[in-house]
Amino acid sequence: MNYSSDIAQGVTVPAEPVLRLSGITKTFPGVRALGDVELELYPGQVTALVGENGAGKSTLVKILTGIYQPDSGTIEVDGQETRFPTATAASDAGVTAIHQETVLFDELTVAENIFLGHAPRGRFGLIDWAAMNTKAKEILTRIGAQIGPSTVLRDLGIASKHLVAIARALSVDARVVVMDEPTASLSAAEIEELYELVERLKAEGKAILFISHKFDEIFRIADRYTVFRDGEMVEAGMIADVTETQLVEKMVGRAVDTIFPERDRRPGADVLTVAGYSHPTEFADIGFTLRRGEILGFYGLVGAGRSEFMQALFGVTRPSRGACRIDGKVAVIRSPVEAIEKGIVYVPEDRGAQGAVTAMPIFQNITLPSLRTTSHKGFVRMAEEFALARKYTERLDLRAASLDQNVGELSGGNQQKVVIAKWLATRPRVIILDEPTKGIDVGSKAAVHEFMAELAAEGLSVIMVSSEIPEILGMSDRVIVMREGRIAAEYDREGLTPETLVRAAAGYDGEAAA
Amino acid sequence: MSLADGTRPRHLPDRLSGRGARVLKSWELLLFGIAVLIFLANTQASQYFLDPWNLSDATFNFTEKAMIGFAMALLIISGEIDLSVAGIIALASTAMGWALQFGVGTPGLVAIGLAVGLLCGAFNGALVTRLGLPSIVVTIGTMSLFRGISYIVLGDQAFNGYPESFAWLGRGYVFWVISFELTLFAVFALIYGVVLHKTNFGRHIYTIGNNPTAARFSGIRVERVKMILFLLTGLMSGIAAICLTARLGSTRPSIAYAWELEVVTMVVLGGVSILGGSGSILGVVIAALVMGMVTFGLGLLNVPGIVMSIFIGALLIGVIAIPRLVAKLRRS
Repeated sequence: MNYSSDIAQGVTVPAEPVLRLSGITKTFPGVRALGDVELELYPGQVTALVGENGAGKSTLVKILTGIYQPDSGTIEVDGQETRFPTATAASDAGVTAIHQETVLFDELTVAENIFLGHAPRGRFGLIDWAAMNTKAKEILTRIGAQIGPSTVLRDLGIASKHLVAIARALSVDARVVVMDEPTASLSAAEIEELYELVERLKAEGKAILFISHKFDEIFRIADRYTVFRDGEMVEAGMIADVTETQLVEKMVGRAVDTIFPERDRRPGADVLTVAGYSHPTEFADIGFTLRRGEILGFYGLVGAGRSEFMQALFGVTRPSRGACRIDGKVAVIRSPVEAIEKGIVYVPEDRGAQGAVTAMPIFQNITLPSLRTTSHKGFVRMAEEFALARKYTERLDLRAASLDQNVGELSGGNQQKVVIAKWLATRPRVIILDEPTKGIDVGSKAAVHEFMAELAAEGLSVIMVSSEIPEILGMSDRVIVMREGRIAAEYDREGLTPETLVRAAAGYDGEAAA
Repeated sequence: MSLADGTRPRHLPDRLSGRGARVLKSWELLLFGIAVLIFLANTQASQYFLDPWNLSDATFNFTEKAMIGFAMALLIISGEIDLSVAGIIALASTAMGWALQFGVGTPGLVAIGLAVGLLCGAFNGALVTRLGLPSIVVTIGTMSLFRGISYIVLGDQAFNGYPESFAWLGRGYVFWVISFELTLFAVFALIYGVVLHKTNFGRHIYTIGNNPTAARFSGIRVERVKMILFLLTGLMSGIAAICLTARLGSTRPSIAYAWELEVVTMVVLGGVSILGGSGSILGVVIAALVMGMVTFGLGLLNVPGIVMSIFIGALLIGVIAIPRLVAKLRRS
């Protein structure tokens, strides 16, 4: 097939899709991940796959790359029906994927990483190193990466590693490239380079499936879109024919306010007073007051010591100095147990490692810190546990098959809801939310924001650590900016601008006086 | 109750499948089937097998190991392991035999056995929870250490002459063919089953085994739970030492040699994940019956000991591999 003539003439609709999925259904115990899904990918075009977390995007990628087998439906490549029983079969058919977190090997060279598993062979079946390095160089040049093929991967930065991952995906003769949130860990400049690369791949006639939560990049590089919702394909079409708002509505199934919830902002009495909290290496001299019904935002660059301070406040680590008062009384917090007893709870940033026990059911995750109230003389009472879990999961509109489902089977946004529900069930006074909407979709994000506003209105005091400026500006009553382990500035929300925050966080000028 | 956007919340059922469906898919049922098969095979192997006294004798093959197995199951579910249990038996038995030389009576001997078990457990637990050392390394060390002490004390000698009232703890019968040991086994099975499956403490054990960091972040005193489990394992080893010493009527430094592997095998055969986080006491009970009957049945057939361990090893690998194989075949 020859697509170059199409591209040369600027024709954007080649007649035949290179890959077509139809009627794809995939169910897991208790959950239908995909129901009767259609997808077409055209050569020389970028198709954006959009949907909330849990809409079935990841499942689809796994089917495309031969990791999962669909229960029913067909996969056609160039109009020929085919199957991908293994990852190798998918790769042989020219489907390759660049994942969010790519598996690479730090101790191997760039060329070895690129050609792992399909290295060029010489005599006696031994690896032809010269050919491998030459080919690696070729591919790297093609994607505009200035990396030597014999560099050991360990010596590269995260962005260069990403380029190696892309080179690896292109080292097989790919016709379909799946990019699963490729920009998640890249800086602005690196994202630009990635866009250029996508343009180049388009020019080479590759069909690209681009999965992203970021609408600006979807509108920047995609030609087509396909919207998934709750495991079904809602709509597909040309990007030129939709607006961002329409796309969001299709994704969520209802209109979403892009504005943050309005609420009564009249904080009450002081609840928590922190003074002089210090740690040998992570933070120094942190002091502030948190009032009843207030949302206090903590902004700062990554590594400013915000999470480390919050974990000390929650008793995970111990401060070297500093005091903390709750309702005016001195509170000694030496462990999470003591923090929970005093009504301070912490929703960690690292959901999988610190927040959720993924191999255990939803209800047991939720009752974990509340077992004392659901049990009787140390004996568990399941009925009480289910009742408590139901109360909070329904309030948070959790999407799950049952309360007995393992948390690991839920989408990121729903896992976050379980962790929040777990802490609300303890009826805390102060809830610390560390990057509460990181990596969750638009719909869940809005739900979490609305919920935070509700909690504050009920008198709960909220500390929100966030690196997203709109979130900080939209939700906080007051904002504390941390820089290099210290409080750089404190602001009221009135009249606060993104520029002020960024300056204070980076320490550009003398404005940063607390 | 309504959500912020005015819609009714969706109702989540407690569970999708009922109790029956879960039992049918359980590991325990599979294991129980194997136990029945072995039982039937044994009845074919020897006409004496079904004799009540004969069956009663068969239980001594597993009661002591299974008592340790219950505590070991909790420890393994929490993500730790104790390989020094047989060493603890040797040390506790040696301590009892040594005290016997000074005329200590049955209550004193029992107290010494329990105390040595607890102390050894505390030693293991302190090394693991206070110093943060990996339990597999710590207990491989204490395994040699504990047994080494009893070799130093005893050399090639043995302690003999335990009183009759002490011997009853290993040979006595509570009612008809029901031995004291079998009674202890049943009581401990019940206690451990309730603790693991029906208490907050049991829930904490599972949580720690699945995700110790999240457990800590949820306000569970992880180190304390682990310390208690090491103490329990030490205590159960002490109890097993009392029963075994009473049954044999003598203490040699080679007592209960290599039992740690049989105990761990029993626990894993019972469906407890060696990686921690899952398993049940019922599974360990059935696994104990399976191993006990296999040993006894092969004994009736005069099969040498080494063949028995080959059989147990093959059984372990088979029972663990078969479900995976079935799942794999189904997929392809």
